[in-house]
Amino acid sequence: MYKVRLWCIKRSRLLETVYLVTKPAIVLGLNAAKKVFGRFLDRPVIVVERSIKGFLFDCQMCGDCVLSKTGMSCPMNCPKNIRNGPCGGVRENGMCEVKPDMLCVWVGAWDGASRMKDGGGIGNLQPALDHRSKGTSSWLKLTEKRSGDE
Amino acid sequence: MNKNVIEMDRDIIDPTAPLPKLEGHVSHTRFERVLRAGQFAVTTEIAPPDSADPAEVVRRADLFSGVVDAINATDGSGANCHMSSLGVCAILTKNGYSPIIQMSCRDRNRIAIQGDVLGAAAIGVGSVLCLSGDDVSVGDHPEAKPVFDLDSISLIKTIKTMRDKGQFLSGRKLDKPPSQFIGSTINPFAPPLKNRVDQLAKKIDAGAEFIQTQYCFDIEMLQSFMTQAVDKGLTERAFILVGTGPLASARTARWLRKNIPGIHIPDAIVDRLEGAENPRLEGRKICIELMARIKEIEGVKGVHVMAYKQEIHVKSIILESKVLGDRQPWARSNPKVFRN
Repeated sequence: MYKVRLWCIKRSRLLETVYLVTKPAIVLGLNAAKKVFGRFLDRPVIVVERSIKGFLFDCQMCGDCVLSKTGMSCPMNCPKNIRNGPCGGVRENGMCEVKPDMLCVWVGAWDGASRMKDGGGIGNLQPALDHRSKGTSSWLKLTEKRSGDE
Repeated sequence: MNKNVIEMDRDIIDPTAPLPKLEGHVSHTRFERVLRAGQFAVTTEIAPPDSADPAEVVRRADLFSGVVDAINATDGSGANCHMSSLGVCAILTKNGYSPIIQMSCRDRNRIAIQGDVLGAAAIGVGSVLCLSGDDVSVGDHPEAKPVFDLDSISLIKTIKTMRDKGQFLSGRKLDKPPSQFIGSTINPFAPPLKNRVDQLAKKIDAGAEFIQTQYCFDIEMLQSFMTQAVDKGLTERAFILVGTGPLASARTARWLRKNIPGIHIPDAIVDRLEGAENPRLEGRKICIELMARIKEIEGVKGVHVMAYKQEIHVKSIILESKVLGDRQPWARSNPKVFRN
């Protein structure tokens, strides 16, 4: 939802804290559950992740979540899917050139990042997206990575 | 055999053959030579024709002969369909011009783009400008599928990987890597204003070596942006060319402001056009004045003149602005003029 999405950008610091505090527990829990259920865990986790992140961030389930590096503003809502934004067409009032009723995703992202403790991550270069990941869970992906790099 | 002899031979045999790549240069282009020699560079853009006639491209390019160091070939600008930038660049190269191929992420995925990078390098196109591209919704084919597989920054990185690591994004090795001077764009006049310089830093980190900006009609805004860029040391790492161009009338200015997002025109300029007896002439005068002021700003290494539908005036605008000093860029009628 658009309004919730804007609220999340304003509360980027809070959401960052929630993310950092809960991440270890979620990763542990998912790892344990994976041992029991194996691949059967994928579907339910995807459903839960899609509902929560869909409600909060209008998440598009790109499968390679960068929210913590983009001020809690999901770049996949950019009509040009720019993951290193913004583009040069932002309107003078900060709205998107393609969707004039939507705040530019990257105006929101830089704003959100400015309030975050680790907001500097927005300066990292994001590689081109692996389109095979679309529809998969970023949370489960966290369990595959070694601790601490996301 | 000594290098100069080879160079002279080439001039005699084929004035349009690539120049030898100089020490510390990434490409063989005159454009890179001018910038690295510390000269104030001038570039412009050619509007690719809605035609399959190569003579039309040459006719349009000849308007700029002798006053510009490179010519950008736009890639479906405004999301309207025209001759491809690769096609235009092939014709320009064949006629001795130093083209900058614009590559937008809108129409091609990473497979097509990397193929075009190699193709462009193979025909001698030594400069490439990476952009995201206008959305299909603003062009003449709004029903088309937007691609946007890469964004401008991952495109810069892709070409840099091909050039410096000699491999595709997939990791597969290239037999002969492309040697291109990599550029990108920045718009210092659109929100988020305080982060535009961070975006510039990101583009330079990705590998951009030259930058061409959106139209500048507001010197104060440019000044503030350039001060930040200089403070961050960015002007030492990339050559920044500031965009400029003549406005035809107050009506055009208002239309641009309203319909082309990202173009910022202060009221003072619109009022000046409104009050002018001959708005077209006044528009060119404003452009000439702005160019002279832009040149004085610290960190600016050149100007990029965009004069859509006013291409015939580009030569006089550049000459009257005196930004070239006493330097004369390469001219098709007199290929030997250039020797920096």
